Amino acid sequence: MERNKYDLWVGVFLFAGFAALLLLALKAGNLGAENIKDIYKVEARFENIGGLKVRAPVRSSGVLVGRVQEIHFDNDKFQASVVLAIDKRYTFPKDSSASILTSGLLGEQFMGIEAGGDSAVLKEGDRIALTQSAVVLEKLIGQFLFSKAAEGGK
Amino acid sequence: MNGFLDMLARLGARATNMVWRGGVMARFFFLVLVNSGPAFRRLPLTVREVYFSGVQSLVIIMVSGLFVGMVLGLQGFQTLQNYGAEETLGVLVALSLVRELGPVVTGLLFASRAGSAMTAEIGLMKATEQLKAMDIMAVNPIARVVAPRFWGGVVSMPLLAALFSAMGIFGGYLVGVVLIGVDSGVFWSQMQSKVDWYYDVMNGVIKSVVFGFAVSCISTFEGFDAAPTAEGVSRATTRTVVTSALTILALDLVLTAFMLKPML
Repeated sequence: MERNKYDLWVGVFLFAGFAALLLLALKAGNLGAENIKDIYKVEARFENIGGLKVRAPVRSSGVLVGRVQEIHFDNDKFQASVVLAIDKRYTFPKDSSASILTSGLLGEQFMGIEAGGDSAVLKEGDRIALTQSAVVLEKLIGQFLFSKAAEGGK
Repeated sequence: MNGFLDMLARLGARATNMVWRGGVMARFFFLVLVNSGPAFRRLPLTVREVYFSGVQSLVIIMVSGLFVGMVLGLQGFQTLQNYGAEETLGVLVALSLVRELGPVVTGLLFASRAGSAMTAEIGLMKATEQLKAMDIMAVNPIARVVAPRFWGGVVSMPLLAALFSAMGIFGGYLVGVVLIGVDSGVFWSQMQSKVDWYYDVMNGVIKSVVFGFAVSCISTFEGFDAAPTAEGVSRATTRTVVTSALTILALDLVLTAFMLKPML
């Protein structure tokens, strides 16, 4: 096949362009970074989820074990229902508790799972019974002020 | 009173003319699409144009990308330092490059570097009656001259934008990590956790593809539509750069508004 100088340079250009694209997706982006393939879903109900978002990390002892997959409002119980997708490699006792935590004082919110003592483990479709809602800073400050005022009245 | 009416009439004429030009450009765009068969069947024609608009723009794009990334690194560090958030420098640099600056600045540079050249070339061909000569020889000038240049631009633009962003992130790394001393591991890991390959990277690519179509269409149309004189070619070249820049920025606003919607 006949090759001229354009072909070579255009080939180099196309190669470099696609390499840059791949680099952006892999090195700067999260493509292929954490590919959780095998998951099981568990549900947890909360009074208040604060600023928790879909795709927020689920951590146990600070290690990433899954992601928040779905958040919706349960109109029968008037509670927020959160579906967690947890990596199949990790199993948790049935009486584990889920709480919504904040990374740092003003950081993003994530789901924390604390293992319980039961010998049976959480399976697909189970519900985490023990939950702790997000801490709402305004409420906390309100309570603090309230207790201060109560102390003053004594 | 008469003067006022005259002014109104001139305004009306300008508006009508603008709409008319828009319509002609849309028809030209479809004509190019319909006649772009030969651009793919005779691939060397298109490859040649990718060389002229893509490969020859490489240096300016990559050097600009490096500088823009370095400036982002310096400026971003100054501001983030106030909040004690220097480690998110990588996120700032990568997101602003991948989402906005990469496609937009590359589009502007591409319009002035390659688009103006396309316009001048086609316009000069028209002025020297080469296009007419092709027509007489039963060679469709749109299929032979315009379509390869159009597709060459469309192919080049997204790749140039990707290179721009990659070089920019490297520039931000040079300033942030090598020069200032942000921790290298934190720089990359924060970037990877905050930059989504679909929402951020792919949307940037979609933007650059759209800009590629817009700039290539405007450049070839202005060349093809140029008055066949030296002055006409020069005016057409100016119009290419001005119209492309405005179109890119307007399209960017529209695309951004659509893309950010699910995250609001």
